[in-house]
Amino acid sequence: MIHKIREWALIGMFNRMRIKKNIAISESGFIFNPTTGDSFSTNPIGFEIINLLKEEKSKDEIRAFILDRYFIDESTFEKDFYDFSTLLQSSQIAEE
Amino acid sequence: MEKLRYERPVVKKLNTGMMNKFGTRTEYNPVTHIDGVSVKELISTYGSPVFTISERTIRQTYKDCKRAFTNRYPKVQMAWSYKTNYINAVCNVFHQEGAWAEVVSGFEYNKALLNGVPGNKIIFNGPDKTDDDLNLAIENNSLIHIDHLDELYRLIEITKEINKRPRVAIRVNMDTGVYPMWDRFGFNYESGQAWDAINKIILNDQMDLVGLHCHIGTFMLAASAYAIAASKLADLAFHIHSKFNKKITYIDMGGGFASKNNLKGSYLQGNVSSPSFDDYAEAICSALLNAEYSKQELPILILETGRALIDEAGSLCGTVLANKRLSDGRRATIMDFGVNILFTSFWYDHKVSPAQEFSHYTEDGVIYGPLCMNIDVIRESITLPPMKKGDNVVVHSVGAYNMTQWMQFIAMRPNVVMIDMEGKHHLIRNKETLSDLNDKEVMPAYLKDFSI
Repeated sequence: MIHKIREWALIGMFNRMRIKKNIAISESGFIFNPTTGDSFSTNPIGFEIINLLKEEKSKDEIRAFILDRYFIDESTFEKDFYDFSTLLQSSQIAEE
Repeated sequence: MEKLRYERPVVKKLNTGMMNKFGTRTEYNPVTHIDGVSVKELISTYGSPVFTISERTIRQTYKDCKRAFTNRYPKVQMAWSYKTNYINAVCNVFHQEGAWAEVVSGFEYNKALLNGVPGNKIIFNGPDKTDDDLNLAIENNSLIHIDHLDELYRLIEITKEINKRPRVAIRVNMDTGVYPMWDRFGFNYESGQAWDAINKIILNDQMDLVGLHCHIGTFMLAASAYAIAASKLADLAFHIHSKFNKKITYIDMGGGFASKNNLKGSYLQGNVSSPSFDDYAEAICSALLNAEYSKQELPILILETGRALIDEAGSLCGTVLANKRLSDGRRATIMDFGVNILFTSFWYDHKVSPAQEFSHYTEDGVIYGPLCMNIDVIRESITLPPMKKGDNVVVHSVGAYNMTQWMQFIAMRPNVVMIDMEGKHHLIRNKETLSDLNDKEVMPAYLKDFSI
């Protein structure tokens, strides 16, 4: 099943996702989008993923980093990453 | 390097200065233990979900309530409302504290007898009493609270047949200034129905009218309504004495005291909006003391409050089954308990606490139960920290009505555990199994076989 999820993810929509250039992110997890005027907050792990995306890390690199750093199994991360990526896109923080 | 605790990544839009329909964050610390017993231990021992009852909370709440009334009034008797929670171990904690039994059906009546409650300390309320129920109650010298004229006439017939004098009270409904007025139980005060019933009972001389009863509502947020009810019952008792020279020995104010739960749609939290026991006691006792009784003639005050005595003692420990994102962006968390066992989630915004460590980040969302039914919603809007599959939660203040109104629907009823005064846990009701359901069914022979 995990293999299948990864396969879907590889052909899916979040492989080349990146944080929009004009998004401002503070070290406390405060996010500001000057285009829309919207502001957001994120938790520490969300902050780490956003920074990795900003550094244009691939999804595989992000997965490896998180699995190495946190107590979490691969399938849970895949599920949460999908959800988080959807939120970042719908919030106009990230784009493909 | 040791790995860090994982929390699902979240991003939340900030709306400065706007009302948040999900409310503010309420959870600051996890509820990892109930009366010193680990939630994880309870779930690993008894499965998930599992109801827990705190004996310590029951006894403390009972004492608080009793004290509020006995501080103000010399003759107070509590009667445990079986319909609120009739698990025998729960009933017996109240009986050990001195409560009589208040029942509203034949099966509850027999439950009280089997628990060892003397027949003359059982109050029999309710509109549905069969001939067998009435005969048994008369035989045991129980207090029969007459609900309607049909019951009164049937009782008169039965007393003639068996030649015994039952002890009875009439149930009185009245305008106490609250809306909606509960006029379905008993005889109306203002229209003269109550006096009509009293005249019939006393002039018929087949039974002893010893009390007056009312049940003015449920989750009553206005203690003042009880003052009006107590005044009207006291007035009735006084005039019965004047007219018939007959003393009414007790006034039963029924139940209806609010617990500290949060009513749906209520602006204020329950612990702010619900009157205290002292508020209710002040209203009721003052009304009785100010009535036209001498000190020696004061009637016994009986209280049948159920919800306010047991709600806070009950908790439901459960587990996150899944998380999903709804089409409108809200987070949905699916728990392993639904409205089938948590009936009160139709009435209350139950407080739900995570049972493990969490960060201060939260998400707005909805909590669903596991039933394949759209109505299975535990909380329509709640702000909670991110939780993952397998995490545990504690739903607070579920002791009243859930363990009597729960349904065997889609899933079976779970274990119920009591945590005693020493922090030991005891199974007090076994979870149900398929055989509990199937054993009641009968298959006609011609339907036994089929081929598909």
